[in-house]
Amino acid sequence: MSLPRLVSAVSFPWLTVLGALPLAGAVLLAVLPRRTGAEAAKLVGFGVALLTLVLALIMLTRFEVGEGGFQLVEQYEWISAIGATYSLGVDGIGLTLILLTTILSPVVLLASWRDGHEGRWSVNAYVAWMLALEGLAIGVFAATDVFLFYVLFEATLIPVYFLIGGFGGPRRSYAAVKFLLFSLFGGLLMLASVIGLYVVSARAGDPSYLLTTLRELPMQEWTGRLLFLGFFVAFAIKAPMWPVHTWLPDAAAQATPGTSVLLVSVLDKVGTFGMIRFCLQLFPEASQWASPVVIALAVFSVLYGALLAVGQDDIRRLVAYTSVSHFGFIVLGIFAFTTQSGSGSTFYMFNHGLSTAALFLLTGFLVARHGSPFISDFGGVQKVAPVLAGLLLVAGLSSLSLPGLSPFVSEFLVLAGTFTTSVTAAVLATLGIVLAALYILLMYQRTMTGPLRADNERIRDLRAFEVLALAPVFLLIVGLGFYPQPMLDVINPAVATVYEQVGVSDPVPDVPVTTAEEVP
Amino acid sequence: MLETSAADGVLALGWLLVAVPLASAVVLLVGGRRTDPIGHILGTLAPLVSFVIGVVMFVALLGREEAERGAGQRLFTWIDVGGFSVDMGVRFDQLSALFVLLITGVGSLIHIYSIGYMAHDPNRRRFFAFLNLFVAAMLTLVLADDYLVLFLGWEGVGLASYLLIGFWQERWSAAVAAKKAFVVNRVGDLGMALGVMLMFATFGTSSFAGVAAGMPATSDLVATVLGLLLLLAAAGKSAQVPLQSWLLDAMEGPTPVSALIHAATMVTAGVYLVVRSGYVYAQSEIASTAVVIVGLVTLLVGATIGCAKDDIKKVLAGSTMSQIGYMMLAAGLGPAGYAFAIFHLLTHGFFKANMFLGAGSVMHAMDDDVDMRHYGALSRAMPVTFATFAMGYLAIIGFPGFSGFWSKDRIIEAAFADNIVVGLGALLGAGITAFYMTRLMLMTFFSQRRWEDGVKPHESPLSMTGPLVVLAALSVVGGVLILGGWIVDWLEPLTGPEPEHAFGFPAWLMTVAVTVVVIAGVGVAWALFGARPVERVPRARVSPVTRAARRDLYGDALNETVFMRPGQRLTRSLVQVDDRGIDGSVTGLAALVSGTSGQARRTQTGYVRSYALAMLAGALLVVLSLLAVTLT
Repeated sequence: MSLPRLVSAVSFPWLTVLGALPLAGAVLLAVLPRRTGAEAAKLVGFGVALLTLVLALIMLTRFEVGEGGFQLVEQYEWISAIGATYSLGVDGIGLTLILLTTILSPVVLLASWRDGHEGRWSVNAYVAWMLALEGLAIGVFAATDVFLFYVLFEATLIPVYFLIGGFGGPRRSYAAVKFLLFSLFGGLLMLASVIGLYVVSARAGDPSYLLTTLRELPMQEWTGRLLFLGFFVAFAIKAPMWPVHTWLPDAAAQATPGTSVLLVSVLDKVGTFGMIRFCLQLFPEASQWASPVVIALAVFSVLYGALLAVGQDDIRRLVAYTSVSHFGFIVLGIFAFTTQSGSGSTFYMFNHGLSTAALFLLTGFLVARHGSPFISDFGGVQKVAPVLAGLLLVAGLSSLSLPGLSPFVSEFLVLAGTFTTSVTAAVLATLGIVLAALYILLMYQRTMTGPLRADNERIRDLRAFEVLALAPVFLLIVGLGFYPQPMLDVINPAVATVYEQVGVSDPVPDVPVTTAEEVP
Repeated sequence: MLETSAADGVLALGWLLVAVPLASAVVLLVGGRRTDPIGHILGTLAPLVSFVIGVVMFVALLGREEAERGAGQRLFTWIDVGGFSVDMGVRFDQLSALFVLLITGVGSLIHIYSIGYMAHDPNRRRFFAFLNLFVAAMLTLVLADDYLVLFLGWEGVGLASYLLIGFWQERWSAAVAAKKAFVVNRVGDLGMALGVMLMFATFGTSSFAGVAAGMPATSDLVATVLGLLLLLAAAGKSAQVPLQSWLLDAMEGPTPVSALIHAATMVTAGVYLVVRSGYVYAQSEIASTAVVIVGLVTLLVGATIGCAKDDIKKVLAGSTMSQIGYMMLAAGLGPAGYAFAIFHLLTHGFFKANMFLGAGSVMHAMDDDVDMRHYGALSRAMPVTFATFAMGYLAIIGFPGFSGFWSKDRIIEAAFADNIVVGLGALLGAGITAFYMTRLMLMTFFSQRRWEDGVKPHESPLSMTGPLVVLAALSVVGGVLILGGWIVDWLEPLTGPEPEHAFGFPAWLMTVAVTVVVIAGVGVAWALFGARPVERVPRARVSPVTRAARRDLYGDALNETVFMRPGQRLTRSLVQVDDRGIDGSVTGLAALVSGTSGQARRTQTGYVRSYALAMLAGALLVVLSLLAVTLT
């Protein structure tokens, strides 16, 4: 495939602008004079994030729902020596995650209006790094060139490192370095695979990092498997999966709630997104080869994360471990190779982003009000903060996948799809729903119910702006719980296309029933 | 069998049944304190409106030809991925119609009762919001025409139950009981979730019609597994052995909740599920036998527990388990028992709601004391409560002519026709029921006054006694449903024809046998609690059976030893392993790889931090220079 200088289906570079807007905001904040004050910085940050969301929603109208391939494609020559192209595009999967990113960014910026004051640097820096993270995340989800993806993937470490290390709790340095070391290790393996891909592609003729070109590349069995592993380990660390998950609880416990949301709800999705986009599409043979082990690890993560969550006293570590469990479900769905489980996993990424954002922000409010993150330091808070308690319960119920809330739809799709290819994995993972009820309701019972502790009496209920910040998240959780089809319509064709490329198809039911459309 | 015809005219209003109470719940919850003054009014109107709609729809259904009585309506597509498609639909047929009337009818009465009962509670609005949420979820459960939509209602009622058991959540016991109910129910829900997955894998659909159509062609193994999975779900929701333990604790909730959710409606959802899934159990002898065994065991366990409790609500809770055991047993008998299971479910809904509300009225009068040993001789102080409670009492023990007489007799008869052991067990249960209910009546309304001087028993207000009177009347006349075999004929298109009785001895003999056993139970209770004074403090030296029954037959002890304590040990040790072992080895490995093993453990020093930063900066530099070189 020759490389045209400009292949663009649309005249307006939607994705570039979308990613550049928050980055520009970050630069603006960096040069903004200090004396304008923290309030101004936050207003600018929130405004930029809101503008990005509006732009993303306009972009959504340009997206052709029902198409499985890449859309809004932009492609420019970049580093021709190594075949790297500046190439962006989204399918339903990437679009879903970009939407998640642009929805959560203003939510986080509004909700953390009172955070970032105790950092090593100014509030301006806090907001600027958050915007930078948003912009880079959009780029990661839109990159269709492996080299570009790698560069952006590594670049996201910088804002996260400074957000944790600069604005977190007392052990923030430790947490930030641990995060960085884990990520760099994964990044190193991925870099090896990225270089390997160049070698393979160069041997085949014209070197190229374009996903569409690499997909067609003939690859020897073991070459593919080794390169697959490089990508997979990096993504497993990011996701995070057992046993490389241990950086997450520390990071979540030390970071500000807003950082935790951007980290776990958005950035960790790069791991599972990368599995679909790169592991499955570039190495279909290796993906199938590895799937039994991956499925076993995923199921183990589901149960392990849930059990660990039950045993936590630090409420933020609890939320982090629930995420280990939930990411287990997502990985399980991806590698179960059915359209239900794959679409379920993609939708799961979106829903987990929402429910975890709600949990991190609400527990963050709670911790900030009382000064302690330990469940054992709370009791009967419902009495003084009924709105906080009520919303925490709904967020918790979404985390335990109560039907009627959006995470149920995705979790059930993952399980139902998995059941058709691997009954054992599905049955074991389903046990997670009991553990989920335990970790959520135990936490709720211990913090919110019972007699009000004397030292909890001064915990005040949510402020109006805090409720306002969370409102869209809850509206989406409930709305998509009852009517998820618009999202699924965006996701389904993309997932079907991916599995077609992998060369897997859904198993046929044993006793297929042709339900005639007897009901009007 | 499960084809539906178009829901036209008033039958197209099915969605409103759910929407009205749901909207009311949302208004009251989102509106917050501002809606306090209208909470109980709006909250009571909502189920009443649904009831009126339900009656109108029921009349319309009566007017249809028998073959046309399954009215189906598709609202919208809920989930559609690949070959898996689930529609939100409403199915108003013979079975769901009866449930709609029970839920909204008895539900409305209990809402009215709650206006008075909860009058002094500062959170009355929230109480009504949760009750409305429950009604909406329960109606979703019975109106669904797909197992996944049913599951939506199924977990919805579980949530409402959780919220209402824990309504007085500043009490530890209430908060713990609520959580326990939810978690135990989730164990049952495993069965439901896996059941739906199995349906999808086998038939490619989870709609009632699809599963029913596919069942005959499927293997016995699938049918058995599916039947057992649904039974697990049913056992959780209906507090059947081995998932019974939550129901007794659930009595922590306000008494109207116990009446509506934990007696008349939600706990019978398991019976509904089994009857609704008759086409599954028709394919599996093993699964249907398991249903019978679970029902039989529970009916005896529940009755035994009921005998030993002094807490009036716990006696009634044990009784509820036991009565649902009867229904479950009947449901396990297949087409021979389905109609009787539903018949008993309806009459039980009347008389048990009646007695729970009666108990609430007594508690109201006794300053919320629930210990029957502190009651006694209340019949004169509370004549209306007493008279209405007596109707419920006569109905449950099966006094000839009362509703329970008709419904329970049929189940015992069908049990004997199936198997002599099952029949004898059911017969024995009737005797125990007569014993514990007589004990409750004597200790509460008769014998001698045992209340303290400060307590002034009084009759409850009209808003509470009114519903009692209506429910008492229903407890008496509920048996009319079986007049001329009406309910059997009505349900036959769904449940299949009742097979001919292969029954050895005549029906009158059966009735005589039951009556004799009941009289024996009443007699023993009279001898122990009527003929001699009741002690104010329970005796400590009692038989092992009584001791066991007082402790719920060690159900909790078993759960604690088998699941809870090992589980706690497991999570505790896992936390240790994760902190030290996994984290340690991974960090160590990472440190080794990056050659910083010495410093990694001293990350606080800042040395490693600068190292890492340097690494990052280096990587960036490489990339940037690469960029710079190629761009020039």
